[in-house]
Order: sequence, then structure tokens, then C-alpha cells
Amino acid sequence: MSIHDATGDADAPRHADDRTTGERILAGLRSRTALAVALAVTLVVFWGLGYRQGASGSDLLSLTIWGVMLGGIIALGAIGLTLVYGVLKFPNFAHGELVSFGAYGTFTIMALLPASAALRPFSFGWDLLVGMVVTMPLVALVALVVDRVLFRPLRVRDASLVLFAMASLAASFFLRSVIYLVWGSDFLFFYPGRSNPVLSLPLDIRIQADQLFVFVLAAILVALTWILLSRTRMGKAMRATANNPDLAQVRGINTERVIAATWALGASLAVAGGVMYGLASQLRPEMGWFLLLPMFAAVIMGGIGSPAGAIVGAIIIGIAQQVSSSFINPAYGPGVSFILMVVVLVLQPMGLFGQKDD
Amino acid sequence: MMQQIDLARTALLFLPLFLLGLLALPGRATRRAILALIAAAVAAFALPLILDRGTLTYLVSFSTMAGIYAILALGLNSQWGLAGHVNFGVAGFFSVGAFTSALFTTTMPEGALAAYSQQAFGLQWPFLAGVVMAGILAAIVGFLISIPVLRLRTDFLAIATLGIAEVIRFIFQNERWLANGPQPMRGIPRPLDCLFKDPACSWLPTGVADFLAPLSPRDYVFFYLIVVSLILALVFIALERISRSPWGRMLRAIRDEENSAAMNGKNVTRRRIESFVVGSFIMGVAGAVYAHYVVSIDYSHFNPLFATFIIWVMLMLGGSGNNKGAILGAFAVWGVWSGAAFMIDSASPALQLISDDLPSRGAYLRWMLVALLLGLIVLYRPQGLIKERKRVSDFMPDDTNKD
Repeated sequence: MSIHDATGDADAPRHADDRTTGERILAGLRSRTALAVALAVTLVVFWGLGYRQGASGSDLLSLTIWGVMLGGIIALGAIGLTLVYGVLKFPNFAHGELVSFGAYGTFTIMALLPASAALRPFSFGWDLLVGMVVTMPLVALVALVVDRVLFRPLRVRDASLVLFAMASLAASFFLRSVIYLVWGSDFLFFYPGRSNPVLSLPLDIRIQADQLFVFVLAAILVALTWILLSRTRMGKAMRATANNPDLAQVRGINTERVIAATWALGASLAVAGGVMYGLASQLRPEMGWFLLLPMFAAVIMGGIGSPAGAIVGAIIIGIAQQVSSSFINPAYGPGVSFILMVVVLVLQPMGLFGQKDD
Repeated sequence: MMQQIDLARTALLFLPLFLLGLLALPGRATRRAILALIAAAVAAFALPLILDRGTLTYLVSFSTMAGIYAILALGLNSQWGLAGHVNFGVAGFFSVGAFTSALFTTTMPEGALAAYSQQAFGLQWPFLAGVVMAGILAAIVGFLISIPVLRLRTDFLAIATLGIAEVIRFIFQNERWLANGPQPMRGIPRPLDCLFKDPACSWLPTGVADFLAPLSPRDYVFFYLIVVSLILALVFIALERISRSPWGRMLRAIRDEENSAAMNGKNVTRRRIESFVVGSFIMGVAGAVYAHYVVSIDYSHFNPLFATFIIWVMLMLGGSGNNKGAILGAFAVWGVWSGAAFMIDSASPALQLISDDLPSRGAYLRWMLVALLLGLIVLYRPQGLIKERKRVSDFMPDDTNKD
């Protein structure tokens, strides 16, 4: 489900016979298969290291499942990031702030709603879900305003990628300062002091119902995005614009509308990611910034512009971060995702599902 | 009649002012030197007379900090301006430099102190040796990160450098044994601080010691401004020489027309790695200069805002590719940043009217201001205040219309 047109594996060597053995080995190492194998081996090594540090099998299984949940949260952010990256062709460093805005916006909407009892076995009530749904269009609006004020003039001028990246960094710091000014720097909680019991499952697996909900919600949203991209007119227009903006415009696609739709979709998913992340831990102004590195790692691992790749990458990174906490300081989680990203860049910068740039 | 303390301050102010004059005044070398000499002498005598002592001290410590940022901006300029590398991880190289110099120059904590303060080693090396080690270590980090990343597209470099800076910050935050973990690393020695102590350094001639006697340790910043401006001048001259050298021309060629440069037999990847390493070295040096100035450092000093973002704003405002512009930008943005603090303080009653929480969060208005500044620069003046001077040869007229 790449948003680029499938044009076959651009990596396939045409004149394989011209190359020396060394070149062939190098090319083999820098293939997708090698990347997939390397990532799988990394995860296995992580499990092994955790086991040697004294984590039991069920501990590791729990960590792995938590990793899939964390991957779901990362994926919600990463899909938007990869869509914007694919359609607008720049890394949006402000995407993390859309995640934070989602969480904080939901927090404020919830304060306006009557408090609702927890929907057991979950720890949250209807107010959280309503707040999230209401916040989605609001944050989408924020993203659209930023695009209109900042990115569109640059687009019109056909500015260089670096200026786009700088502009997004400026937007990131601007939006974060808004969070600091409006909500302050203290940690906030959706439901302070509410218990969040662990489900009793076979095999001694410890998970909370919330974590299951996060994963199911992520899966539903991801499936909806898939349908949107592959079945609807707008989805096809998005893929066409990502592939070749000029050609798309010539063929009668309103690229500005496509870009607006991309922002709206990316921002809405980011809201869901932010709410889930806030539910799993707490709300803090840097929450989006902390997620940015794992999100970028997922995007690059999956291949820029590929939502399916972003999901796979996010889950791999989620598992790696959680399992690594069994043998190193959990604070290094983002560092683990960074190392994995560097591995991807060394072996195959196009990622698992990406298409070569022309 | 000037008091002796003001005279001593005049003497210390002279050299930084002279260097500033050399940088800012127009004209050919000899004329400029004479002009700068006169202007610096006048200004050095005038400043302590016009300004009261507290204001002057503030101005000097402001210039010291701006000078340190100017070194960072020059380092970034040698990467971005000269070679087109997008380094969003300045903070990483900055902090590696700061902690390296701290480790090499401090004393290993002993006895009861060792229970509170841990560090990997403390070699008590002299200041300059610490600075050089800081540069070398930052350069090594830059080299290691550039190998996998520099052969790729610029956007990957931006993401990867952002990542390495965060990872380095995590390491300094969490590894207690390395540099006292989340606690600050204290007691970083200031070079020649005995000049301002009583009794002064034993090796100092009595005449000089008597002359400096009225100065208290609070005036140390006057001396440190000399240190910072000398290092800044050194970096500036080196970078100007580099960008005029064949190597600098090659880098600009690679930056503007990578394929043509490669076709003409230039080793693009090697040159890109070299220029990235040079920039990392300079950032490491700036880190060391910073560490010896503030005396106590911890990981939180090197967050993405203060140590990466603001330096980009400085460079973009001053003019990428222009070393003078980088210095101008550093002083201008640091001026805006420091001035905004006063403005927000005085606007505090007005902020109180909007919301009770707002005055205590006023500091974040400065973030907003700097972010807005960068947005405006990107939108309206991406070439900065001083444009890059594209000069192929001294014998060809400047083509100012060419972009």
C-alpha cells in the first residue's frame, strides 16, 4: 500500500553479470531482504539479551506485547508523517507537536464535558472518546493554518527542501511554546489517580485493557486509512500527487486540495496517537518531541511515503524499545529507535517498502 | 578623573574592541588596523565613563555569551553555508565539547565529595589542552555520524543529526559514572582566574598585580571576553582562509553542483565528510569555551532550543555562507533573546490581566518570539541580512545581481 505507484523493484540489477563478486555481496547486503533479516536478527538478539539479564519468558512476552501497543501509538503519528513526507516531500519536524496538541486539546474538551464513569475494564470513559473526536478537526485546522501561513508560500516559491525543514522546525517550537503558555509545563493526567488494573491472561502476560484498546483503535484507524488511500478518489489523488505533483496537476487534480486532505488526515491520526500516548503515560509539553525520533525511525524504516511501511516500522520499533528496557536503562528507548534508523540508512535507505526517488 | 578600577576595565576591554573594529570597519588592512586601534582606544576609555559599572558588566557578559554563540554559528556555517549540510544536532557536538573539556581539566572528586559527584576521569589539564581535546572529540563524533549518513539525501542528515543530539543528551543525563548523570558537573576551572583573586597569582609581576587589585572575581568576565574574542577571531580567520582556499571552492562547487563536481574528478563524499568534521570540531571548541565560562554544566543546558534551534536562527538571520553574517546574527539574536526577557518582565502586569498563570510562563513567550523570527526569515529573507559573497576571483568584478 505504497502511496507511490508500484513500478516494480527499482533495485533489481539489470546487468548483474558485469559486477564483481565483492560488488554483488555489497549489493546483496544493501537489499531489502538483508534489511528485513537484520531487523529480525536485532529483535532476536534483544530477546536473548533480555533473557540473559534474567527476564523470564513471560516477562519478555509481555514486553513484546507492550511493544506492539507502543508501536500502535507510534504508527498513528508515523502514518501522518509519512503521508506529508510523501506528498509534500519534506520531513515535518512539527508533527510531534500535532501529537501533543491532540492530547492537550482532548484534555481541555474533556474538562468541558460532564465527567463520565470509567467504561470498565478500561480506565477511561466516554468523555475521552468524545474529546478525541472533537479535537481531531480542531488540530486538523491548526495544521491547515500552519500550512497556509508557512508552507504554502514556500511551495509557491518552489523553495528548497532545507527551507521547508527549517520552517517546520520553527513551527514545532512555536506550537510547543503555545502549549507551554496555555497549559504550563507541569505533567497533566487525563484521569488523575484512577486505577488501571492489569488483566489476568494465560501465560502470565500482564497487560491493561487500555493497552488492548490502543492497539485495536490503531488497527481500525490504520485500516480506514488504507481504504481511504486505495479506494476513494481523494486517496488515489493523494497517491498520484505524491508520485508526480506536476503530472497530477496537469491531469486535473487539485493538488492544493490534496495537500489539505493530507494535513487533515495526518493531524487527525496524530490526535489519536497523542490521546493514546497521554492515556498510557502522562501529558507533557515535550511528549510529541519525544515521539518524533521513533516516528521518523518508523517512517524511514518503512520507506518514505508508505503508510503500510510506517506501520510495520512502528511495530518493530515499539517492540525493540520495550524489549530493550529489559537489559538497558529504559530512558534509552528513543536511542534504540535511533540506532535502528541508522542501521536502515546504512543497509537500505529506501526502507522496507519505499520506492526509489526518480 | 577615572578611578583605578575603571582604568583596569579599560585595559581589559581594549583587545575585544580592537578585534571588533577590525571585523566591522571598512577599508584595506593597514588603514583598518589604524582605525580600529584608535576607535578601540576611544571606546575603551569612554565606555566605563558613560555606563555605570553594573551596566558595563552586564554588557560584557552579554558579549561573552554572544561570542560563544558566534563560534557555534561559525561552526554551523562551515557545515551549512560552505557545504550545505543540514545539521539539526548542534547541541550534540556542543555538549560533547563541553563535557570533554570539563573531564580533562577538572580534578577527580575525592573523599566525601566523591559520594555526591562522580565522573569518569579528571586529568587537571590546562584550559587550552581541554579546548583542543573538546574539538577533537566532537570531530570524532562528527566523523562517525557522517560515514553512514552523508552519502544520503540532506533530509536524512537533518533527522539523523537531530537523533544523535538527543542520544548524546540521554547519555549525559543517565550515565552517572561518566559526568555525574543528571546532577551538574561542578568546579570546571576558569583559566587564569587567579588574576582577580586576592592574593593574585604568585607569578604575576607586582606592578600588574597592583593594577588589577581593585578588580574582584565578579569582574572575571572582562578577562574571559578576551579569551572568547581571541578564539572567535582565530576561528573566523581560519574559516575565511578555508573558504578562499581551493578546498573551500571545491566544497562550494559540491554544494551547488554536486554532479558537475563529481564529474570533474572531485571526491564528493570525502569532501563532505571533511567539511562536516571541521564544523564539528569548531562546535566542540565552542562547547569547551562555554563550559569554562559557566563553571557548572549539566545535560539540560544542551537542549534542542538553546543549543540547536537558536543557532540556526542566528545563522539564517545573519546570512548563511557568510562568516561575518554568522557573527552579526549571533549578536543580534542573542540581543533579541536577552532583551525580550526585560520586555516580558515589564509587560508582566499586562500578562496578569490575560491570565493569572501567564506571568510565570512568560519565559516561553521568548521561544515564541524566536520561532516567529525564524519563520519570518524563512518566508521573507532566506538569504539573511548579509548575503553570501560569491566571488570566483579577485580579478573578476563582483556580480552582485547574480543569485
